[in-house]
Amino acid sequence: MAPNEKAGTVFEYAPAPESRAVVDIKSSYGLFINGEFTDPADGRSFKTVNPATEEVLAEVSEASTEDVDLAVKAARRAYTRVWSRMSGRERSKYLYRIARIIQERSRELAVLESIDNGKPIKESRDVDIPLVAAYFFYYAGWADKLEYAGFGPTPQPLGVAGQVIPWNFPMMMLAWKIAPALAAGNTVVLKPAETTPLTALLFAEICQQADLPAGVVNIVTGAGETGRAVVAHEDVDKVAFTGSTEVGRAIAKAVAGTDKKVTLELGGKAANIVFDDAPVDQAVEGIVNGIFFNQGHVCCAGSRLLVQESVAEEVLERLKRRMGTLRVGDPLDKNTDIGAINSAEQLARIRELSDIGEAEGAGRWSPPCDLPAHGFWFPPTVFTGVSQAHRIAREEIFGPVLSVLTFRTPAEAVEKANNTPFGLSAGVWTDKGSRILWMADQLRAGVVWANTFNRFDPTSPFGGYKESGYGREGGRHGLEAYIR
Amino acid sequence: MTPPTDSARIDVRKTYKLYIGGAFPRSESGRSYTVNDAKGRFLANASYASRKDARDAVVAARKAFGGWSGKTAYNRGQVLYRVAEVLEGRRAQFVDEVQRGEGVGKRQAEAAVDLSVDRLVWYAGWADKITQVVGGANPVAGPYFNLSVPEPSGVIAALAPQDSSLLGLVSVVAPIVVTGNTAVVTSSYLRPLPAVTLSEVLATSDVPGGVVNILTGRLADTAPTLASHMDVNGIDLTGTAGDPEHATALEQAAAENLKRVLRAPASEPDWTLEPGLERMTRFLETKTVWHPVGI
Repeated sequence: MAPNEKAGTVFEYAPAPESRAVVDIKSSYGLFINGEFTDPADGRSFKTVNPATEEVLAEVSEASTEDVDLAVKAARRAYTRVWSRMSGRERSKYLYRIARIIQERSRELAVLESIDNGKPIKESRDVDIPLVAAYFFYYAGWADKLEYAGFGPTPQPLGVAGQVIPWNFPMMMLAWKIAPALAAGNTVVLKPAETTPLTALLFAEICQQADLPAGVVNIVTGAGETGRAVVAHEDVDKVAFTGSTEVGRAIAKAVAGTDKKVTLELGGKAANIVFDDAPVDQAVEGIVNGIFFNQGHVCCAGSRLLVQESVAEEVLERLKRRMGTLRVGDPLDKNTDIGAINSAEQLARIRELSDIGEAEGAGRWSPPCDLPAHGFWFPPTVFTGVSQAHRIAREEIFGPVLSVLTFRTPAEAVEKANNTPFGLSAGVWTDKGSRILWMADQLRAGVVWANTFNRFDPTSPFGGYKESGYGREGGRHGLEAYIR
Repeated sequence: MTPPTDSARIDVRKTYKLYIGGAFPRSESGRSYTVNDAKGRFLANASYASRKDARDAVVAARKAFGGWSGKTAYNRGQVLYRVAEVLEGRRAQFVDEVQRGEGVGKRQAEAAVDLSVDRLVWYAGWADKITQVVGGANPVAGPYFNLSVPEPSGVIAALAPQDSSLLGLVSVVAPIVVTGNTAVVTSSYLRPLPAVTLSEVLATSDVPGGVVNILTGRLADTAPTLASHMDVNGIDLTGTAGDPEHATALEQAAAENLKRVLRAPASEPDWTLEPGLERMTRFLETKTVWHPVGI
């Protein structure tokens, strides 16, 4: 089918690819321990691929328990000898330096992020990397003001933080973890996700450029085994994890009976609630942003659309028309709205749950769209006639798949929205101010976006209720996890 | 047997029962256990709460959560202050129970009861202040109104301390409920009487039924049920102080639904110290609301 025959497609777009020349991907990477890239003890490595092409990008070291131990030792040494003794003012200047270098090298970081993760360049360039710099800038300023943060007159760092982050926002999650930890005076051992290690390794270079003292930041690449070693290491004082609820549960069990402080940022199944008085065009943009931003690889994605019955038909029709204009394809193309699914494994999960949705009787629809022959792709998809019992309404799909449910009264909307073990985020669309505030009050979720969705800011605490985890990242609240 | 004379009246003894959903049931198991004073003399028979009693208490606490968390902070503060008033009115009874149960001198017992009243007053005042202290406006880089507020986590299981039968108990329960949570409390096993008497205070202080539920009996029976209960949002393990093995097992069970956990200290804390905020903030969530600004 020619593109101009696609539903709602008006214009033909010429390719507008961002140049890859700005990044220099090495053929292999070591572990970043004690300020230097080192080979792993047992020499094991794994490949990271470009999910849009399945091209192997680099060989990355797999950190063993022994390597993790070296990293924790380096972090401990840096903590005792340097970082915990340094004044907050000096620490703060290192963080400002890092923030500036991130800004200076932002295009490089954005391109590399899109290549390794598959997200559209317009998101990595305009959302992820600017926020990364902003988080470092924000927490830099706290480093010499901790006694005013409201955690007592003599706030102390915890020591060594073990941090494990996911693949959906590789650099942003790194910033959410490292910036507050360092500002509070801790040193870190961070494990990036196995499918997206490259920007974290570039960040290691940035630490070198900033002359950050050796051992303050250590990056150990690897998969689940490496993550478990970081979490379980007995000289780690603090565990910070972002990822699935399943792994979060395992971590909570693993640290039971220890003195480790823990924060967990886990899954979600957010309701995005549209009332009949909502400005429909804005709401449709919000629905699209809520579920298709970052291919729906977002823990706070608005994956359950709750639309008031009286406007359900109209909203759905306009939503489908809008979905027809979404451009799926090359993440480096500046016109791309939806990039590649991050891995074959994730694609399989999205397919499986979508098939289950169909088998359970929900109506499945995707706009006609040509998907590239290579790489991992899934078209934007909407399910109608979904009931609360359907698995697609209960489980986190973590992909561009929206379930549509309807409601009649505000009370019913609240009841349905809260009917989940998760509680990370929620959206409300209505023109009535008092109703927004009432809904915001009733929704059991850590972030409520009213007449907007998927907004993030370093000053704004983020985190969940119930099985979406505990602790907050961002803002003054985010410091609490790294202070005693 | 000589009948009692007028001058030696037979006193009416109290039946010590559980406190669930605002009512005073016996254990559904029909079991009770002997409570002795510190010297081993019989004091009373207390109800021996079962796992089913614990589950019933969670149901009652969940039912009460919406109403209690929905009250204004001013109102919750007044209710807690009312608890302090009524407790003060029963001072002599509590002094007697604490003295006999803990085997301390009268002056020490009086100090514990007085401080319990004062602690309730301290926490009562927090009801309408904690929001401003831990919440606030966030200056985001864009045209948005952005506000963070604390909200109660939900139903909290509280394993009250084993030694301090009133002051410790009050110090554990008050910070949980003042912010809008509801609680299922297990009392000290050997010294449960002040807990039962406290439930009578709660029942007559405008605390809605189900907001605080009190179980007497062995931790080994009820605590695992509470720790693994999927409708409990948090657990305070203070009552397991000195038993790290049990505490670890309970923390592992609590991980199943990611309960907020307040870990047990190595030994029972000094309850006379000013508490700080942690007992409140551990069972609070931060909710952040965004809205665009525009005309």
